[in-house]
Amino acid sequence: MDVKDIIKEENLVYSKSKVLTDNIMHYCPGCTHGVVHKIIAEVIEEMGIQDKTIAVSPVGCSVLAYNYLDIDWQEAAHGRAPAIATAISRLHPEKYVFTYQGDGDLASIGTAEIMHACNRGENITVIFINNAIYGMTGGQMAPTTLEGMKTATTPYGRRVDLNGYPLKITELIAQLPGTCYVTRQSGHTPAAVRKLKKAITKAFENTGKNKGTSFIEVVSTCNSGWKMPPVKANEWMVENMFPFYPLGDMKDE
Amino acid sequence: MAKVRGAIVVDVEKCKGCGLCAVACPSSVIALAKEVNGKGYNYAYMANPEACIGCANCAMVCPDSIISVYKVKLEANA
Repeated sequence: MDVKDIIKEENLVYSKSKVLTDNIMHYCPGCTHGVVHKIIAEVIEEMGIQDKTIAVSPVGCSVLAYNYLDIDWQEAAHGRAPAIATAISRLHPEKYVFTYQGDGDLASIGTAEIMHACNRGENITVIFINNAIYGMTGGQMAPTTLEGMKTATTPYGRRVDLNGYPLKITELIAQLPGTCYVTRQSGHTPAAVRKLKKAITKAFENTGKNKGTSFIEVVSTCNSGWKMPPVKANEWMVENMFPFYPLGDMKDE
Repeated sequence: MAKVRGAIVVDVEKCKGCGLCAVACPSSVIALAKEVNGKGYNYAYMANPEACIGCANCAMVCPDSIISVYKVKLEANA
């Protein structure tokens, strides 16, 4: 059988979600942002909530996410996405509101906002991309940077006596009573992508049921910031990030 | 003989040549081309099209969502 006989409309089993726009993503080759955008788009399409979803974009590489997902977006000041999402979700309780934040946005400048939004149990979903580095500004140390990890501002590796300890913010958030679902996932293999999709579906369903805050951390790569090729960055993430940031559900109520 | 045959279509001009699809492929179908696309990236292509089973693993991990997957079931005595 020739390849031309296989490539026909009726044999199509997988293609780009309609919620994703045709714009070429500005992300570096192999960036996990693209994978997460795609999964969010697929979940929104499968749940049929494209006209009921409002997202809040952060400051960081994903600040331009509104170019790629064909839903309503609101841009927030740096770290303040949960505060904006609080307002949107209280004014429009029937909408599915989610924030999409990186580790520099959520775990650093926006720690107060995320802590209090989760503690109040706002009815939002938070998608937290943790790549342990400030990607957009050129690879500086983030609160989540691993001990000994080399970045632009810690060229000899992060020292805990000088720079403090890496912040496990997801564990902190799991202790707050306002959250209903706290999980840590990844997107480096097809199996991880399937699990992440299940987690995001569950989080959006929780929002639909008015259950409180759902928090999904996605352990990600930043191959430009880490100065590695994409495939090697994934291997480095499995070897170094997963022992410190173990995957799995922390809370599911 | 495999009971299913698959094929992928890569949007060559949008491919950034990250190579994650080649790693995700269970039957080593995908490779990066020696030629480059308009942006200068070595794009992904089917180097070994007979082995494709249409599992869509490559499309699932593609960060730029540029892979479409096609799949057919073969007749029992084909």
